[in-house]
Amino acid sequence: MADVLTSATAAKTETALQGPQGPKPHKTFSRRNIMLYGTLIVVAVYYAIPLWIMVMTSLKGMPEIRLGNIFAPPVEITFEPWVKAWSEACTGLNCNGLSGYFWNSVQITVPSVIISIVIASVNGYALANWKFKGADVFFTILIFGAFIPYQVMLYPIVIMLREIGLYGDLGGLVIVHSIFGMPILTLLFRNYFTSLPQELFKAARVDGAGFWGIYFRVMLPMSIPIFTVAVILQVTGIWNDFLFGVVYTGPEAYPMTVALNNIVNTTQGVKEYNVNMAATILTALVPLFIYFVSGRLFVRGIAAGAVKG
Amino acid sequence: MATERPNPLFRNKTAKVAAIPMIATALIVFIGGTVWTIVYSFTKSGLLPRLKWVGLDQYERLWDSKRWLISIENLAIYGFLMLVLVFVIGFVLAALIDQKIRFENTIRTVILYPYAMSFVVTGLVWQWILNPEFGVQSIVRGLGWESFTFDPLYNASIAIYGVLIAGLWQGTGLVMVLMLAGLRGIDQDVWKASRVDGIPAWKTYLFIVIPMMRPVFVTALVIVVTGIVKLYDLIVAQTGGGPGIATEVPAKYVYDMMFQSQNLGQGFAASTMMLLTVAIFIVPWAIMEFGGKKRG
Repeated sequence: MADVLTSATAAKTETALQGPQGPKPHKTFSRRNIMLYGTLIVVAVYYAIPLWIMVMTSLKGMPEIRLGNIFAPPVEITFEPWVKAWSEACTGLNCNGLSGYFWNSVQITVPSVIISIVIASVNGYALANWKFKGADVFFTILIFGAFIPYQVMLYPIVIMLREIGLYGDLGGLVIVHSIFGMPILTLLFRNYFTSLPQELFKAARVDGAGFWGIYFRVMLPMSIPIFTVAVILQVTGIWNDFLFGVVYTGPEAYPMTVALNNIVNTTQGVKEYNVNMAATILTALVPLFIYFVSGRLFVRGIAAGAVKG
Repeated sequence: MATERPNPLFRNKTAKVAAIPMIATALIVFIGGTVWTIVYSFTKSGLLPRLKWVGLDQYERLWDSKRWLISIENLAIYGFLMLVLVFVIGFVLAALIDQKIRFENTIRTVILYPYAMSFVVTGLVWQWILNPEFGVQSIVRGLGWESFTFDPLYNASIAIYGVLIAGLWQGTGLVMVLMLAGLRGIDQDVWKASRVDGIPAWKTYLFIVIPMMRPVFVTALVIVVTGIVKLYDLIVAQTGGGPGIATEVPAKYVYDMMFQSQNLGQGFAASTMMLLTVAIFIVPWAIMEFGGKKRG
């Protein structure tokens, strides 16, 4: 504080010697601030409104929805739509709600996240520290693979999965997610391991540690943040997937997103908007929870994966 | 193998073994799968893939199909507007948030949270908001403007803009965060220097800061473009391609041909066209980035 004050007064007298320091003081209610905060608040409200509407609609009864305004909070709060969405809503012929599909999604997401991260971290480590001839070629192909539209590879993978008997099965979908998670995760880990000081690696080498020894005892303990980022990236990505779910699993094994779409966009029966919105929130809950809890790390994941690449 | 000079193939053996999943994915799935699809796009595959050559027949039929042409047109409209708007809005928001404001975290969290939600969720929410019976249209009418019409999802000529609204809502946060990271990476001395020279802020952004942020723009561009080409879930959830075929997109054409109409050949040809579209963007970028000089 004192610094700012002295330099501010000094600046008046002897600008040539010492320029003003610290941020330029602003009046709290300057026109600039009103415009700035005004714009940001309007934008923030715009972005928040859909979530507000989702929650409000899901807490209303159908009669109130027919009469009222979608922005208005419920006059009478009811949790029935949530219960119905979870255990009674119909996808096609069976009416067991989303609960079963929630567990499908869990069974898909957990192994996919673990497998893809294990593979990608070892790959990234090999690329960063144990470069072998041709490694860069494969890595380049892998990265370009990330840009190939999935549609091009959809059918060949159907054939491959059918050959090993996993087509239409949760296991097949796990393999597909592990494959398509590889490019971005390998890039993430390679960049991270490259940024670690090489001396550590060399010292461990001199001490006689091998490939796995260094990986488990030197690299892993130093890489908790990047593993967290990778988990966040993968859990949201895999949980939110729709295309692979609908292509590689059958109705019994559908992930939650596919079931949600079937519930809401069904053409049979009366549309129950409150149940639909409750089902929508239920499906969005896991990634939203991760997002709000991880906050900064989520942002860092996007930034690290993208800016460095 | 334990001779005087070890076989070079077995040097670094563990690393090579560990890289097998990557190598297999790159060669078998990415290259193998792509080549397979391109090859079979020249065949008469129907319910099952068959190596019965028909030359460019599938492509001719594709470009004669009204549905495909509408798909391409929609992707062009959506893609162009999405690109322009997501960058303009994303950058402006990042620049506003970069003004050392209070509650930065709250505002950033609110703008980015849609990105954590799936396209299916996004599509369904906006389907509900844009529902003319209950959503925005009915509310504005309720306020007294009886003739107000805003039903993009029920009007074939503007339906794709209804999808665009949802897509923008979901994706702007990502670009904003990337731009913010880029802005924070700019040396503060640049700002001091431009202030000393009396250059107005907007000019500094346009002519000094943005050119300095080129790498961030390039990565954001690549992410956004690949996202646009993949556009599928949002359409399925929000409009189902309708009304009629007004919001069909290439990715949906491919899926429907392969898994609903038992017309694999058409699906392969359409997906090859999608690959070509991406290549038009990626190849020049790759040549610019990696061609000529080799980067470590």
